[in-house]
Amino acid sequence: MNSSIGKAYMSTASSSAGRKAGDAAAAAAAAADQFPAGLRVLVVDDDPTCLMILEKMLRTCLYEVTKCNRAETALSMLRENKNGFDVVISDVHMPDMDGFKLLEHIGLEMDLPVIMMSADDGKHVVMKGVTHGACDYLIKPVRIEALKNIWQHVVRKRKNEWKDFEQSGSVEEGDRQLKQSEDADYSSSANEGNWKSSKRRKDDEDETDERDDTSSLKKPRVVWSVELHQQFVAAVNQLGIDKAVPKKILELMNVPGLTRENVASHLQKYRLYLRRLSGVSQHPGNLNNSFMSPQEATFGPLSSLSGLDLQTLAATGQLPAQSLVTLQSSGLGRPTGKSGIPMPLIDQRNIFSFENPKLRFGEGQQQHVNNNKQMNLLHGIPTTMEPKQLAGLHHGAQSMGNMNMQVASHGSQSSQNNPLLMQMAQPQARGQMLNDSSLGHAPRLLSPMGQPMLSNGIAANVPTRNGIQENIRAPSYNPVPQTSSMLNFPMNHASELPGNSYPLGSTPGISSLTPKVAFREDVNSDIKGSVGFLPSYDIFNDLDHHKPQNWELQNVGMTFDASQHSNSLQGNLNHAQSVLVQQGFSSGQMNGQNRSATVVSKTMFSSGDSTGHVNAQNGNQPLNSLLVDGTVRVKSETPTNLYPDDFGQEDLMSALLKQQDVIAPAEHEFDFDGYSLDNIPV
Amino acid sequence: MEVGQMQRRLVDYTKTLFMEGFLDAQFLQLQQLQDENNPDFVVEVVSLFFDDSEKLLNNLSMALDQPNVDFKKVDAHVHQLKGSSSSIGAQRVKNACIAFRNFCEEQNIDATLRCLQQVKHEYYLVKNKLETLLRLEQQIVAAGGSIPMIDMGF
Repeated sequence: MNSSIGKAYMSTASSSAGRKAGDAAAAAAAAADQFPAGLRVLVVDDDPTCLMILEKMLRTCLYEVTKCNRAETALSMLRENKNGFDVVISDVHMPDMDGFKLLEHIGLEMDLPVIMMSADDGKHVVMKGVTHGACDYLIKPVRIEALKNIWQHVVRKRKNEWKDFEQSGSVEEGDRQLKQSEDADYSSSANEGNWKSSKRRKDDEDETDERDDTSSLKKPRVVWSVELHQQFVAAVNQLGIDKAVPKKILELMNVPGLTRENVASHLQKYRLYLRRLSGVSQHPGNLNNSFMSPQEATFGPLSSLSGLDLQTLAATGQLPAQSLVTLQSSGLGRPTGKSGIPMPLIDQRNIFSFENPKLRFGEGQQQHVNNNKQMNLLHGIPTTMEPKQLAGLHHGAQSMGNMNMQVASHGSQSSQNNPLLMQMAQPQARGQMLNDSSLGHAPRLLSPMGQPMLSNGIAANVPTRNGIQENIRAPSYNPVPQTSSMLNFPMNHASELPGNSYPLGSTPGISSLTPKVAFREDVNSDIKGSVGFLPSYDIFNDLDHHKPQNWELQNVGMTFDASQHSNSLQGNLNHAQSVLVQQGFSSGQMNGQNRSATVVSKTMFSSGDSTGHVNAQNGNQPLNSLLVDGTVRVKSETPTNLYPDDFGQEDLMSALLKQQDVIAPAEHEFDFDGYSLDNIPV
Repeated sequence: MEVGQMQRRLVDYTKTLFMEGFLDAQFLQLQQLQDENNPDFVVEVVSLFFDDSEKLLNNLSMALDQPNVDFKKVDAHVHQLKGSSSSIGAQRVKNACIAFRNFCEEQNIDATLRCLQQVKHEYYLVKNKLETLLRLEQQIVAAGGSIPMIDMGF
């Protein structure tokens, strides 16, 4: 090994010199020869001993290593420098964030290959890695031989990306690019400098142009922000999920710089997500995991969800009208443009959950939901939930359960809303805090929120995340959408909800929900950490229907120990942040989730972090803000358009609903003691 | 003592440690990672391991000393210790951790307390052995010799 390494090292040195001096293409070629040397690896592990050993091993393999002992630091590093790494190696058990959650985030936001590792070799854990989308799982102690081959994951991923591209229909382009990319793949990873510069160049230019650039080493990576995802979902819904082809989607979206291949690969993921929602009843957590990762990107919508929740809350009387307004203006205002669209999505979701409390999973609830534009809480929770329950949100546990049930049934829809709802609902169930619709109970809300988020499990979305599973369960989230206002909320945040919006697909709003799901995981992780969540999970089951309600409560309960939940909520945070401040929300809690954050969320984030649960999930922001804002009316935009008739929600909904069933069982990934999926009819 | 003698002593000592199960093949991996660019790699990693482990053992003692023991937390700590000890190659410590985790699952206070004692015992033993070994290496290097690579036939 030593001799070969030495040779490689030497060749690298010479090539790097050549690189600097000369032609990019030549340098690329030289770098390609050195591949996999120069592979940029980010290794995350809270164990300093392991971290040091891994770093040394990776350096010995001639990789460029960056080490990190905190998941959140790693995430921010990755976010700041999206194209700065080729592969990530992460430990499973970390104190600040669950490794799987990090995995999902990375998958959604950066789409990098992630290798999990742990001293834990139990089948369950390894399976979790698989379902969450890890490309490999290493058992500690890690030997250098195992690390030598990690470059294969980078190459494989690139090949698959190109394949997606081809499938999207632009065969000619694909072929050309494929050839280029294949050559480039090798060189790009090795030729870091060259690639980076070319990538930078690419990022600046139109993506299509990059393809023409023969020296471009790598396909530009598109980040599916919440807004983008919402637009995508809207387009897909408009076309109908069956008829949605990348070309048409691209045309509908009309986003400059977006290529058909980007849409194609995203569509593929989205389809997988939907499939998971509808068909993967056997695999607990499958759905969640896979879906969740894309969710992250769509966290933006979460914020919109919060809007919904807020509205719901407001509707139920939990939220003081003023606070709602405040919330809405502050938090929900984010996704200005999107409100219209997102809302419908959310509505659908909510409707979903509400409408068919009994239906539980995907039984045509979707239909209901879809048509139900006017989701108000009451509306959403037709049978199982008594109107007053909704209104009162007092029911905490019961209502939550009901709501959750409904939500669950809605499956896909709920999932989106659920994260928000769930979170909201949770608080209710939990501590009965909501009972008094007292915003003052906020602290309690928060905790449940975290849970609800989980339990709501946005059925579809949540599954993947550890924590998220719960979310999915909470079909009841949908109730939240019911209140059109609620729906609007997520919509607005479309941009924010990276992952969540995914499942919803139907409307941007929904998408926001999905991010929630991802969010939920964060929440879950938070929750897990907090230990205190356990109780909420139990409630969760009952909550299904209550979710929406809870949601409101949650919002109201912004004050509740956000620490746990806030993280998830953070997603929406941008608004929330401001709101929080106004509300005196214990920002400390909000932190984790703010994905969408924009700057605001970041600030909140840090403040929120104090609770310690902050999941760096910015993506979840929508949620966070919702939760945090509790009182604030999340959206002014409200819902009316939440569920446009033309929305092709039905299909999604049914898929989602079905997913719900599946998701529920998946819950067990949560590891919550109290969590009993029983309630969720699968 | 001349260098050759010291080297032989080191080799024999290291081999005994392997035979007795204190160290396993992972430790060899560490030694192989050490090179001219990182001549103190093993020392650094082992020191890191000592610091980290002692913190973990303290946390474990505190956690088990609570009126209501939080076994999840205890398990998390033990898991961590298991990970780092296996990465270093401290085999007996790792095995003690595995047993410890089993009892944590059962939430057996008495058994886990005993396990903690066992882990601590193994830890201090291996710490002692490693310190001796590293000291021997230092002496060899100080005397101008090089550290012999152990061929354990792994």
